Amino acid sequence: MPRAATERTCVLRLENISLSFDEESKVLDNVSLEMWTGDTKIILGAAGAGKTVMFKVALGLLRPTSGRIYLFGEDVTDYGENRWFDVRARIGVLFQEGGLFDSLTIEENVAYPLVNRYHKTADEVHPEVEESLQFVELGHTLEKFPSELSGGMRRRVGIARAGISDPDLLLYDSPTAGLDPITANNIMALIIQEREMRNATSAIISHRFQDGHIMANFRYNPESKRLEQIPDDSPLRRGTRFVVMREGRIVFEGSERELDASADPYIAKFSMMRSAH
Amino acid sequence: MLDILKSPIVTFQEFILLAGRATTNIIRRPFYASDVILQMDTIGVGSLPITILIGFFSGAVMALQMSRALSQYGATGQVGQITAITLVREMGPVLTALLVAGRNASGIASELGSMKVTEQIDAMRALGTDPVKKLVTPRLIATCFTLPLLTIVADFIGIIGGYLVAVPLLALTTSSQYWNNAWRALEYNDIAQGLLKPLVFAYIISLVGCLYGIRTTGGTQGVGRATTQAVVVASVWIFVCTFLITRVFVNL
Repeated sequence: MPRAATERTCVLRLENISLSFDEESKVLDNVSLEMWTGDTKIILGAAGAGKTVMFKVALGLLRPTSGRIYLFGEDVTDYGENRWFDVRARIGVLFQEGGLFDSLTIEENVAYPLVNRYHKTADEVHPEVEESLQFVELGHTLEKFPSELSGGMRRRVGIARAGISDPDLLLYDSPTAGLDPITANNIMALIIQEREMRNATSAIISHRFQDGHIMANFRYNPESKRLEQIPDDSPLRRGTRFVVMREGRIVFEGSERELDASADPYIAKFSMMRSAH
Repeated sequence: MLDILKSPIVTFQEFILLAGRATTNIIRRPFYASDVILQMDTIGVGSLPITILIGFFSGAVMALQMSRALSQYGATGQVGQITAITLVREMGPVLTALLVAGRNASGIASELGSMKVTEQIDAMRALGTDPVKKLVTPRLIATCFTLPLLTIVADFIGIIGGYLVAVPLLALTTSSQYWNNAWRALEYNDIAQGLLKPLVFAYIISLVGCLYGIRTTGGTQGVGRATTQAVVVASVWIFVCTFLITRVFVNL
C-alpha cells in the first residue's frame, strides 16, 4: 500500500529548545526540529548527546528551560499535565527498554492505552490487542508478564503498544539498543512495517548507523510481505532525514547522501558507507 | 551556607506539593479502587503479624520494667494504668509507624524507584495516566486507613502482653484490677492523640516513600539510595511529629 498523498501539515516543531538541570551544563542547547506529515527522522548521536531528553521534551515529560514546542499545529509549551494527556493520546512511544509495566500482563500492557483513554473494558479491546501482538509475532504471550520475555520480545510488545491507538506520530527511543544484529534487524523491519501500515510520521533514536540505513532505504511491501528498496524518486525517500546530535546540539540534518558526504569526523561516524571502510 | 539549605528546602517543598496533589486526588476521578485495595492488603494485612508481635512484646516489656519501679513504691496495682497510657499515647503509634516505615516506606520507594529508572512512570504519563493519581494516592489512602487500625491492634495486643506479665507471670496485681485500671486510665485526650498520630504518620510514611521513589535517578544504585533515604527521613519525621503532637495535647 503506497503512502497516501495526504495534506502535509507540521506534526512537530521544536523551536530553540534549551534545557538544563543545573546551572553548569545544558542538556539541550538551542535545538530546533521540524517534522511534517509522513516524515521519518533518524536521530543519531553518542550516548548523552540529548536524544532521549529531546524526545521527552517533545512528549511534555520534561519542561524546557526556554523555547517553544508545537504539536499538531498547536503551541503546547505551557500546557498543564491534563491538556498534555490529550496531545499525547495522538503520539505512540516506544521507550528505551520498552517501558512495559511489570505488574501487568502483556495483554494488559498492550491494552493499556485503549482501556485507559477510551474507558473500554479488557474484553472489548481483546481482538485489537491480539491483532497487535500477532503483528509483532507475539500472539502467544498474552498471559505472560514482561519479566518472562527476552529483551527483544519486550521491545516488540512496546512497538505493539505504541501503535495500538493508531497515533499520528510515532517515537521510538533506541529500539535496537543492546540487541543482537538479527533481532535488531527484525525490530527495524517491524518499525518500517508499522510506518507503512499506519501511515504515521515517525522518529527513531539510534546509535546504530545500520538502523538509519534500513529506515531510509527500505519500505514494506504488503503484497510480498517483504521489505523492498525504496525507489529513488519516492516521496518517502525525500521525507527521510538524518539528524545527528552532539552534546545537546543538533550538528547535522540532511539526507543519507549528505551524511555520507560530511567531512566532520563525528558526523561521519554515523554514516553506514564511511563506517564500512 | 544557603546552598546547604537549598536541597532540604526544595525537598520539603516537593513533599508539600505532592501531599497537596495526592490529597486533592482523593476526591477526583478516576478512582483506582483496585489499587487501593491491593495496597491495603500489602500495607495493612502484610504488616499485621509483625505488628502483633511487636505490640505484644512492647506491652510485656513495659510491664516488666514497671514491676521493679512500682514495687519500690508499693504501687504495683497501677501497672495496668501505666501500660495502657504509655501504649495508647506513645508506644503503640510510634512503634507501629516505625515498623510500617521500615517495611512499607522502603517498599514504596523501591517499587516506584524501579518504575522510574525503567521509564515506567514516563510511559504511564505518555499513555495518559497521572502517576500521582495512580501510584501515590492509592498508597496514601491505604496507609491512612490501615495504620490507625494497626495501631489499635498493637495497643490492644500490648495491653494483653502487659497483662500476661503482670498477672500470671509476676502476680503484681489481680486480673480485674489490671483491666479496670487500664480501662479507666484512658481518657478521650489519650484516644484522640493515639489516633491522630497514626494518621499523621501515615501521611509521612506513604508520601516520603512515594516522593523518594519518584525522584529516583541513577539506575539501580539510585533505587537503593532512595529506599534508604525514605526509611531514614520517614523515621526522623515520625519522631519530630510525635513530639509536636504530644506538645499540643499535653496542654489540652
